[in-house]
Amino acid sequence: MSTLDIGLATNASGSLRARTTGAFRTRRDERRYWMLLILFIGVGLLATLGLILYKNPVPVDSPSFIPVVKRRLTAVVAMFIAALCHSFSTVAFQSVTSNRIITPSLLGYESLYSFIQTSVLFFFGAAALVKFTGTGAFFLQVALMIALSLILFGWLLSGKYGNLHLMLLIGIIIGAGLNAVSGFMRRVLSPSEFDLLQARLIGSVNNADAEYFPIVIPLVLVTVLCLYLLSRKLNVLSLGKDVSTAFGVNYQANIILVLVLIAVLMSVSTTLVGPMTFFGFLVALLSYQAAPTYDHRYVLPMAFAIGFCMLTTAYLLLYHVFRAQTVVSVIIELFGGIAFLIVILRKRSL
Amino acid sequence: MLMRSLNEVEIRSQPPFSGQSANPQKIFTVPFVLAIFAVMALGVISLFTGVYDIWGQADGRDMFFITRVPRTIALMLTGAAMAMTGLIMHLVTQNKMVEPTTIGTTEWAGLGLLAVYLLVPGPSLVLRMTGAIVFSFVGTMIFFLFLRRVRLRSSLIVPIMGLMLGAVISALSTFVTLYFNMSQVIENWFIGSFAPVQIGRYEYLWIIVIVTVILFLYANRLTIAGLGEEVATTLGVNYNRLIVLANALIAVCVGIVAAVIGNIPFLGLIVPNIISMVRGDDLRSNLPWVCLTGMGTITLCDIIARVVIMPFEVPVSLILGTVGAVVFILILLRQRRSRRLR
Amino acid sequence: MITLRSVRKSYGDEVRIGPLNIEIPKAGITSLIGPNGAGKSTTLLMIGRLLNMDEGQIRVANMDVARSRSNDIAKILTILRQENHFITRLTVRQLVGFGRFPYSRGRLTKEDEAIISKYIGFFELTDLEHRFLDELSGGQRQRAYVAMVLCQETEYVLLDEPLNNLDIARSVQMMEHLRRAANELGRTILMVLHDINFAARYSDRICAMKNGQIAAFGTVEDIMKPDLLSDIFETKIEIIKGPYGKIAVY
Repeated sequence: MSTLDIGLATNASGSLRARTTGAFRTRRDERRYWMLLILFIGVGLLATLGLILYKNPVPVDSPSFIPVVKRRLTAVVAMFIAALCHSFSTVAFQSVTSNRIITPSLLGYESLYSFIQTSVLFFFGAAALVKFTGTGAFFLQVALMIALSLILFGWLLSGKYGNLHLMLLIGIIIGAGLNAVSGFMRRVLSPSEFDLLQARLIGSVNNADAEYFPIVIPLVLVTVLCLYLLSRKLNVLSLGKDVSTAFGVNYQANIILVLVLIAVLMSVSTTLVGPMTFFGFLVALLSYQAAPTYDHRYVLPMAFAIGFCMLTTAYLLLYHVFRAQTVVSVIIELFGGIAFLIVILRKRSL
Repeated sequence: MLMRSLNEVEIRSQPPFSGQSANPQKIFTVPFVLAIFAVMALGVISLFTGVYDIWGQADGRDMFFITRVPRTIALMLTGAAMAMTGLIMHLVTQNKMVEPTTIGTTEWAGLGLLAVYLLVPGPSLVLRMTGAIVFSFVGTMIFFLFLRRVRLRSSLIVPIMGLMLGAVISALSTFVTLYFNMSQVIENWFIGSFAPVQIGRYEYLWIIVIVTVILFLYANRLTIAGLGEEVATTLGVNYNRLIVLANALIAVCVGIVAAVIGNIPFLGLIVPNIISMVRGDDLRSNLPWVCLTGMGTITLCDIIARVVIMPFEVPVSLILGTVGAVVFILILLRQRRSRRLR
Repeated sequence: MITLRSVRKSYGDEVRIGPLNIEIPKAGITSLIGPNGAGKSTTLLMIGRLLNMDEGQIRVANMDVARSRSNDIAKILTILRQENHFITRLTVRQLVGFGRFPYSRGRLTKEDEAIISKYIGFFELTDLEHRFLDELSGGQRQRAYVAMVLCQETEYVLLDEPLNNLDIARSVQMMEHLRRAANELGRTILMVLHDINFAARYSDRICAMKNGQIAAFGTVEDIMKPDLLSDIFETKIEIIKGPYGKIAVY
């Protein structure tokens, strides 16, 4: 090694070419990035087209063609939103926590969601749960989730003892406590009520209601745009608290800001399509492979493209080819979970 | 390397509370005897709590011995078992937030139960237990391997990783249950409750007594194993064998409890933590206290579970899950004030 | 000038630091030495605002570290801790480029690129600039980290044990680089060092700490005295004259 050092020292000043600091190490990496991005978007769009048109029971010229397309379009839009929410929030979350094997879904959004759903069924009965779908109910849930996370962040991240890991762990434990309560309530349900609830609690784009779109889409788009504009800050934040502080970034304030944006995305997505714990993890993991750079301006779009491509393709295949309707999200979860297992068993340091 | 692990041990172990564990060899001190009486009193209350009128009805005496006595015994054994598994895990990992619920052992046991249900229709209790034990063993082993290989920057990361691992396993279980349409079976199964306990359904819990004896015999060696492989080897202890042993003890406890009773969350976390807060960190003298407090805590929770919505009863795991979550959070908050967490 | 005025910090019941009162002059290298647990790193981290103090005031170039805007401080002071783990794979050039963040907020200009190249050259990393950090040896990686903070072009540079895990050759090389940074670039460097002899050989001033207090502060000549050092380290230390100045023997 020492000979190498000396060899380098002699010609260190030799290079005169204009040197720049790119997001990618080599041109080839960059080219590969764009090709993969286009590929994923392309496949995603093809799958979308397939989802809308494939095996459409009515011919194109029939008057009922448009309503059928509309119904299918709702599912596609839900996929779009879910992919956007999970990919952006997971990548941003992993960056601000400087840890690539945790996901924001751990923070108890899902437990709170299933707690809310279960308690509606438990206290007000099946009829109430069926009715508990309007815009009001939707926003009540989103607001509750954001409020919970704000309390959590404000309480545990600010002040002298602010600690990210502690906040995470307490978030998870609150989730576990809520799960205990809803687990009990579920136990008292009759099997038919249980089935009704089960359908709600398993992530599915078919749960999505187009009624919410006019508000949800702008909300998600604005939040996502904010996160994207924070890319350069995320780049620094991902280097950890000490380095970002040394660079003059107000770590605490920025972390809380990013976490609030994440909370909005996670709450909307969970309420819209139900819980998905490992989807975001899987998407983020793949996007780091496909976008080998520190720069969030490249990683975030890639994560979204992969997420969207994955959801649409999975639904197309499992829906129309394998006819396995209910298990789509469960299968994605399964793959995400297995990927997680493989990753942690290969990790050397956390 | 050796210095590093010694150092870590020094950093991770909390300062013991002064003066309270003055004589670690003597077990039957006055407070301990008082605690025994307290737990016995709880046991008696548990024996006479219930809807069925054991005094008035003609078969009251029989019912008493068919359900009440087994239930109370099961409570005691389960409480001791889960509290001990927590203690073993704290020792071996040198991390006070590790216990069956926080590293996924419970979820593995559930997966084991599921696997048995899938392979054998209408499996016997022995079969279910075996499945749960084998899977708990594998799951805990995977987590220990992971802990050994990975360099951690914060002790808080360990339970976070463990809980994620647990979530993966339960995602797997969800998939299986959905695919084979047996989800409410498992849902009901996996909420720990002592309601179905009666003669002929709980006897396997007695195995826990054997586990306790083994644990007493190996207590000191397990403490050394907790200092890490290098230290243990230097001190002439076969590290790998001890880890496998510790794991086996954990798996047997969790597996049996999972098959016979169900999920008992957080008991292994709260009991040893409270004991070490009060008494300091000496394992040998804490062990009886941990068993006793485990018994007392779960009996108390079960009594609450039985009276809170009389004439029905709440599964004890609900009470423990809620109380445990609150206590866990309090422990975490307390810890953040007493020392730097990074 | 770095000024500490009755600065105090305590962790729990065991560790107490302060009250610290010291003025560290501009320019040159100042080393913080002392036994384990003396509070060297804590003091450095407090000056670098990575750790809050309980009481007192720290001013760097007349700026209150605790009150000023973090981004303003980042233009006069930077700090590097001993262990850095990043979740992303970064090339040397990308890493050093991060040092320009306080100025460019992530949008590197032509001037920034020239400055980045300069510091990569300064630390003899030009041929390695497109390597990932995990492809470097320990010494090279440490140089890349130091290049990153120097690229921030702050007057004051704080380093927490920059020789940690380096062998003698890498340590000498690192100290030579830092000496050049102080001489040629006019930086004020404050660092925690474990080895008294490295401190004596390369620093202008030494600040010795013990039990959370400043035990002695002065030029190398002032501090390299057998009685003083023996007292601070609670070990018998002799001073002999070597070819490059005084050497502590223990």
